[in-house]
Amino acid sequence: MATTTSTARLDGAVVRQDFPILNQIEPEGRPSLVFLDSAASSQKPARVIDALSDYYRTSNANIHRGVYHLSELATGAYETARRTIARFINAASPRECIFVRGTTEGINLVAQTWGRANLQPGDLVVFTEMEHHSNLVPWQLIAEERGARLGYVPVLPDGRLDQERYAELLQQGPKLVAFTQVSNVLGTITPAKEMIAQAHAVGAITVLDGAQSVPHMPIDVQDLDCDFLAFSGHKMLAPMGSGVLYGKRHLLEAMPPYQAGGSMIRRVELTHTTWADLPAKFEAGTPAVADAIGLGVAIDYLNELGMERILEHEREILAYAVGRLTEIPGLTLFGPEDLADRGGVVSFALGDLHPHDIASILDSHNIAVRAGHHCAQPLMRALNVMATTRASFYVYNTTDDVDRLVEGLYDAYRTMNGQASPTLSAARSVATATSESEDHA
Amino acid sequence: MSFGADSIYREIILEHYHHPKNRGVLDPADFSYQDVNPLCGDEVRIDVRVDGDRVSEVKFSGRGCAVSQASASILTEMVEGKTLAEVKAIGKDELLDEIGIPVSPARIKCALLGLKVLKAGVYGVDHAALIDEE
Repeated sequence: MATTTSTARLDGAVVRQDFPILNQIEPEGRPSLVFLDSAASSQKPARVIDALSDYYRTSNANIHRGVYHLSELATGAYETARRTIARFINAASPRECIFVRGTTEGINLVAQTWGRANLQPGDLVVFTEMEHHSNLVPWQLIAEERGARLGYVPVLPDGRLDQERYAELLQQGPKLVAFTQVSNVLGTITPAKEMIAQAHAVGAITVLDGAQSVPHMPIDVQDLDCDFLAFSGHKMLAPMGSGVLYGKRHLLEAMPPYQAGGSMIRRVELTHTTWADLPAKFEAGTPAVADAIGLGVAIDYLNELGMERILEHEREILAYAVGRLTEIPGLTLFGPEDLADRGGVVSFALGDLHPHDIASILDSHNIAVRAGHHCAQPLMRALNVMATTRASFYVYNTTDDVDRLVEGLYDAYRTMNGQASPTLSAARSVATATSESEDHA
Repeated sequence: MSFGADSIYREIILEHYHHPKNRGVLDPADFSYQDVNPLCGDEVRIDVRVDGDRVSEVKFSGRGCAVSQASASILTEMVEGKTLAEVKAIGKDELLDEIGIPVSPARIKCALLGLKVLKAGVYGVDHAALIDEE
């Protein structure tokens, strides 16, 4: 285990040692991997990878069915993971935590069940201009089906939500308000608690997209008072295919089921069925048991690192990154200037270089970043860009990673323009280093 | 560079990126088509004028990464003066050979966007699927 105390600062270089993929021996001449795309999917510590292997080697059986030892082992581990998750987000009960494939499925579940049962023609559903498509398209679909109206909260030029417009939309009495807690493009931390309280004051149900927040900061659903919170395991050190929909118990109990099949029934007649209690009602079929257990193990690991320390660690790297990136001539940063309003995500443009060209050249330095529209096309339009380049940080990143990124960006500038960027010695040294490595090629 | 995708940023791509051939629009044109790469939003439009059964003039426009814009520029040079039958016969390997530099799987859609647009224009939209982007 990389860390022993909960008071010292997190050291990304030490944490990194727990992640096999970040410690691979690279081919000769290839620099070590700098992974700056955790907002898309995080890497996994050895402990989580081992948990998957151990499960299949020692405990694999279907859950909630077999009256035999292996099935009891599997069921026990699966339900332990659920309790770990409930404590992690401070849910009132583990029954309020539904295992899903990820944030996308969690939001679709709410849209297709709560939405179909409760939205009437003319009802208003509100989301924001900076949502990921997964917190936007599900509402478009159900609104079209139910004849409901859509309203959106614009993004201000500084990357924050237009709260005046939000207040105006609330005066129209929306049935449901859905928004992200942290923007996957801008890193903007929305004032979720206040926005939820305002929505409740007009009787709206609230759906919080926690894909970029739950992995990175302490979350207390009872304090936030959100009605639903969806998040993805694979963005928080856990296996792909693991995720959670939290929902308040009375809402989940009143909702119709999502998918139908095994596990979710109480009694099946030929023409009529009654539903199982929570959470089984929403977990039809055999779930991704090993992945759910892996999520529990990932949360144990995150708890040992400490969510406050993780938040602090990412803030420090973000502050360093913003400082270094601003030094680069022609580089434009997107998102709030006040770093207190920011998670560990930084999107930028470099002159008129296309993000895909930047990302390809960074890849040649073994630096992984995201380039594109980040599944947020309406936000790209609001920013008046086709795409951005995005670096995102997590527990295993260091300021050295940021230095490598900055060097790579100078090289991208030089490569695309056939010259060193002006005035900076860093640009010249990168150009020199590049021509040396070309000699070796 | 000892490895990696930057090998695509050799002279031919950068030359066409900085000094594109046949950039512009033809209005009127005998056929025009435009499309986007949904992955990154790159846009390419190609306008063609035909004299008899030969391409007499071709222009491309759009915006996007160096690979998509340069490969569209290269493509326009390939089709000038060709018959429509010859244009229909241009395959992705022929264009990639003309680019002459290995294009990584992540960027192949960028490199083939212009060809996809040209084929859609010359055949009609329904045949755009003929270009598979493996």
